[in-house]
Amino acid sequence: MPLSFSFWGHAWSVEWVVLWTDALLYVLIVAAVLLALYIRRHPPLQRPWSRVVRSPMAMGAAVILAAYAAIGLLDSVHVRLPIAPVKGSTVRYYSPELLSVFDLIAGPLRTHTEYSYSAPFATRLYTQETVRLPDGQTRREYPRLKYGGAGLKSAAELGGDVCARVARALAEAGAAWLVAAAALTWRLARRHRCAVWQMALRCLRGDTQVPWRTIGLTFGVVLALGWSAGALCTHYHILGTDEVGRDVFYLSLKSVRTGLVIGTVTTLVMLPFALALGISAGYFRGWVDDVVQYVYTTLNSIPGVLLIAAAVLILQSYMDRHAGLYDTVAARADMRLLFLCLILGITSWTGLCRLLRGETLKLCEADYIQAARAFGVGHGRIITRHILPNVMHIVLISVVLDFSSLVLAEAVLSYVGVGVDPSTISWGNMINSARLEMARQPAVWWPLASAFIFMFALVLSANLFADVVREALDPRTKGRGGER
Amino acid sequence: MSAYILRRILYAIPILIGVNLLTFTLFFVVNSPDDMARAHLGTKYVTPAMIQAWKREHGYDKPLLYNSSAPGLGRVTDTIFFTQSVDMFAFRFGRSDDGRDIGRDIRARMGPSLEIQLPVFVIGLATNITFALLTVFFRATYLDLAGTVLSVALMSISGLFYIIAGQYLFAIVLRLVPISGYAGGVESFKFVALPVAIGVVAGVGSGTRWYRTLFLEESGKDYVRTARAKGLSEAQVLFRHVLRNGMIPILTGAVVVIPTLFMGSLIMESFFGIPGLGSYTIDAIQSQDFGIVRAMVFLGSVLYIVGLLLTDLSYTLFDPRVRF
Repeated sequence: MPLSFSFWGHAWSVEWVVLWTDALLYVLIVAAVLLALYIRRHPPLQRPWSRVVRSPMAMGAAVILAAYAAIGLLDSVHVRLPIAPVKGSTVRYYSPELLSVFDLIAGPLRTHTEYSYSAPFATRLYTQETVRLPDGQTRREYPRLKYGGAGLKSAAELGGDVCARVARALAEAGAAWLVAAAALTWRLARRHRCAVWQMALRCLRGDTQVPWRTIGLTFGVVLALGWSAGALCTHYHILGTDEVGRDVFYLSLKSVRTGLVIGTVTTLVMLPFALALGISAGYFRGWVDDVVQYVYTTLNSIPGVLLIAAAVLILQSYMDRHAGLYDTVAARADMRLLFLCLILGITSWTGLCRLLRGETLKLCEADYIQAARAFGVGHGRIITRHILPNVMHIVLISVVLDFSSLVLAEAVLSYVGVGVDPSTISWGNMINSARLEMARQPAVWWPLASAFIFMFALVLSANLFADVVREALDPRTKGRGGER
Repeated sequence: MSAYILRRILYAIPILIGVNLLTFTLFFVVNSPDDMARAHLGTKYVTPAMIQAWKREHGYDKPLLYNSSAPGLGRVTDTIFFTQSVDMFAFRFGRSDDGRDIGRDIRARMGPSLEIQLPVFVIGLATNITFALLTVFFRATYLDLAGTVLSVALMSISGLFYIIAGQYLFAIVLRLVPISGYAGGVESFKFVALPVAIGVVAGVGSGTRWYRTLFLEESGKDYVRTARAKGLSEAQVLFRHVLRNGMIPILTGAVVVIPTLFMGSLIMESFFGIPGLGSYTIDAIQSQDFGIVRAMVFLGSVLYIVGLLLTDLSYTLFDPRVRF
């Protein structure tokens, strides 16, 4: 969809492209917002969530997750930029290259590509090249990078320059943090009707229901890291460059979207299956139950990786045969990502389905459902009004628990060669393309380390968050407060 | 009891048939033999005659389900479904794309796979249970908190990291073990030691957490309170009572994976060059050898179903409460 708008006097015209996974992510956000609104209006549903909100661990993790989500969402709004029009033609053409809003923001990161590997903060290439000297002779040396530390006169200035930039970035980040903290304290003080300094003191002491101190600290750390990285990354390759000279920091950030899509869209596509089959098996029993049980035992008995591998292999050959279905490389890669989510969803709904079936079986014995039946309430109404809200906690728990394992699964599947499209930037592909370089002397460790660290931070915060959510939502753990 | 076991075995048959039909649909209906031939021969410069020849060579030139040109019973048996899928029930897997007998390859490669998977399973189980018991023993202390946080952190690290970092540290930097490869007999120890260690470490996080919840659940029960009330020390309670009773769900839960140990571990084996079934599968996936992938899918489900049977059986053996 072509969009035109003017901004600071410049007329911009871009074509907005909605990929399939983008659309699903948007749907997911709308669903999450609707769910949040629904929960807000129902105090009994709100209660367990307020336990999550009061947990320092969960909120600290949530800040980090929010940072990842922000990057992922910016990376999920895709546009095509216009190409300079042909003289005399009024038709506007758009570039076939699909860029996201994140790419536009990260501009120099994307375009600053070197020739090959270079270490983090390096000013010279990792490999030796033959260079021709002005007097006609040739020599083997490590050539200077085009962009990494380009402003430096000699390598000796590197440390000082980096320190100065980091110091300035930290000062700026600190100022920004203070402004944000002040605004927040002011709002809190307004809400609690106390003086601002009193509120500030309470926040510092950790004397608030919502753990603002932890949130503030985590936010500060994220801000400091992000701001320094942002200040450095335009002048250096802070995490080095990969085999074809792309900036590893940029690749790690771009992989965030892939990880998020796999972790969330997969659950989104499997939920309808699991809900419909699990609840109807538990509710109708009899032959419906038999069929559903048979289907999930059969699917479950096939080793997951192999089923995924088989499905992806077949998908691959299908896509090779129908190359005309996609107009851009990005659309093709996106299609493959979507299918991977579908396949992962088909193999992973069985666990949730079994849980839902069991819970529904139990619920059907409850008095209120017996009463609803006796009054002649229809099946559809009983399921939607009485059963669905009461199994929602199981769904939410398994959604947050599955997320981290799906992010990790992406890396393994891409390694096996049945994951995302090779042209999609993902942590799995980064690991896969750099795994053999550890044997070089000296080892090329930075692409691997970056991918693992970015993945680790996401998965760890997701795991910590999921732990608290599970404990808050699972009715069975309510009485077990004394054990921790 | 034998009637019960017989019933369970009979119940497994429709599941195996389901798996077989599913793989048949995936490999021969969604992706027809013509597509397979093209995937192998390339899309350019391929004549229909070449495709026919490739299909004949691999036995894919028959009709899918019903052969109207064959006489008598051959109408059903002389089809792809019968020769390729029904044969699997007799563990005849046919030939791979490079002409080797898949069944023989599988038998030869089971050994090395087991050599890694079995120690990983046994040592891993022992380690996880030990750590879980320790965290339960020190529960509600900082040691427990540290252990729990550590196991969440260990869980959050990608399995690939353990493999890559372990290989780099022990094989490349310290040179304690060969980087990759395999030899039979006693020699195999030095090739297998590192993968086993990595396998154990990679599973410690989630395993400890899982068993910890099991033990915690167990230690909240009435008999444990009785044991404490009569003055047993915490260690006695834990090791005599909680451990013994906790072993029932642990053992019955672990039994299901024993048969699937034969399948090997996909990534570990390909990374360390161990000629097991895991690397066999990965090679087949990467070279798009559908015959091998199909065989492994079927074998994997058979082993899983055997695992389910063993689980049911182990309930009757380990748990005195289960009677028939």
